[in-house]
Amino acid sequence: MAYGFLIHGADDHVGVAVRDLRAGETVTGVYQKGGGEVTVTVLSDIPLGHKVALVNLNPGDRVLKYNEVIGVATQPIRVGDHVHVHNLKSVRWA
Amino acid sequence: MSQDWTFWGYRRPNGAVGSRNYVAIIPVDDLSNAAAEGVASLVPGALALPHPYGRLQFGDDLELHFRTLIGTGRNANVAAAVVIGIEPNWTERVVAGIAESEKPVVGFAIEGQGDTATIAQAAKVARQFLQDASELRREPVPISDAILSIKCGESDTTSGLASNPALGVAVDWLVDHGATVIFGETSEITGAEHLIARRCVNEAVRQKYLAFHEGYQSFIRSTGFDLLGSQPTQGNIAGGLSTIEEKALGNIQKTGTRPVVDALGPAEAPTVRGLNFMDSSSAAAEYITLAAAAGSIFHFFTTGQGNIVGNPVIPVLKTTANPKTAATMGEHIDVDLSRLLTLEMSLEEAGQALLDMMWRNLNGRLTAAEVLGHKEFVLTKLYRSA
Repeated sequence: MAYGFLIHGADDHVGVAVRDLRAGETVTGVYQKGGGEVTVTVLSDIPLGHKVALVNLNPGDRVLKYNEVIGVATQPIRVGDHVHVHNLKSVRWA
Repeated sequence: MSQDWTFWGYRRPNGAVGSRNYVAIIPVDDLSNAAAEGVASLVPGALALPHPYGRLQFGDDLELHFRTLIGTGRNANVAAAVVIGIEPNWTERVVAGIAESEKPVVGFAIEGQGDTATIAQAAKVARQFLQDASELRREPVPISDAILSIKCGESDTTSGLASNPALGVAVDWLVDHGATVIFGETSEITGAEHLIARRCVNEAVRQKYLAFHEGYQSFIRSTGFDLLGSQPTQGNIAGGLSTIEEKALGNIQKTGTRPVVDALGPAEAPTVRGLNFMDSSSAAAEYITLAAAAGSIFHFFTTGQGNIVGNPVIPVLKTTANPKTAATMGEHIDVDLSRLLTLEMSLEEAGQALLDMMWRNLNGRLTAAEVLGHKEFVLTKLYRSA
């Protein structure tokens, strides 16, 4: 498969793995609308359906997916990091 | 499909258009299920709709019960209806509600004569209704006269990534061509309600929508439990969903991008063409039963892990973009969108694939759920009975 992840919105901070990604792997993702590509080196194993960081984020930074806020970073996040409940939490019900 | 976007449907006396042609046997209450099923056993082409409620309900809960049964009988997929209740007053109320749609409907009460005499009387009427319905012919009817509904279930990240945005493409097309589309799931829009509110066509609709949303939040608070603390579920998290916002944002992808023209109570029939919100549970069978009672004649259902729901009155098209689900549960899937994940299919192509199957199903092709006998008829109960 050519692409390792898909990106919903142009402003998104994360992509979604469409296959299991391995730490150290350099993979290319594509925007669902427009078709632009992004290449990142994955820093940890990321299972299919999980999120990979496309930008560096600091604790407290809002994380965008679908061009919308899906939560706030709770740890420093680097490009290629697995983004999930260990470094991202809801801002709605905090 | 012709360029004026018609399908081969049934035009009912009140002008509504349907995709199926049932004679429904509707019990008013749990006690009348046996008689309704007795009629259907004597007249096998008739469709009995047994359910567990209808006694000692009151207030809004009772009103919803009547609205759901009446709406089901009025649904344009139903050619005629036989109503059976334990006593005559509530039976007549359901009959009168269905009769407003100008279709044939007759009611029978069991008290004073017992099941067997009731079944004999009702079966004679059902037999006649079924023979009359069998002579009704499909004719070209415009999609702009149709009411359709959407929901996702057993969702995973492939839903928000692929199958839901693909359905959004189809919903935008339907709305642009004058159809009415109902979406709901009050609980599972929590986290994206601001986006739905922003899409409401005017301030009055926005206030109605937000009142439904707040009503749900108030209900959860009144129980003393924190439902929101359990969202997303452990299964959602294992699949990659991290927060309630992310889950809700994935959910609303299937609503497309067009304005929300009205906010409806549960089982309330839409009066404005376009995309309508309906206050409802997110449980699949409950939601589809409410949507059918509101007038939906066809339902799109996206699934990740493999929900198998169907409905007795309306066809439920099921689709998934999860390749594992498509492979292991293909018998339940009408449209396989898993090539979205490998980018061998665009969202526009996927939306078109859903519409292509919709036309075939509307014209009479049976859905997987219909062939496999899924007839989940599940009434929403707002609170406990007296």
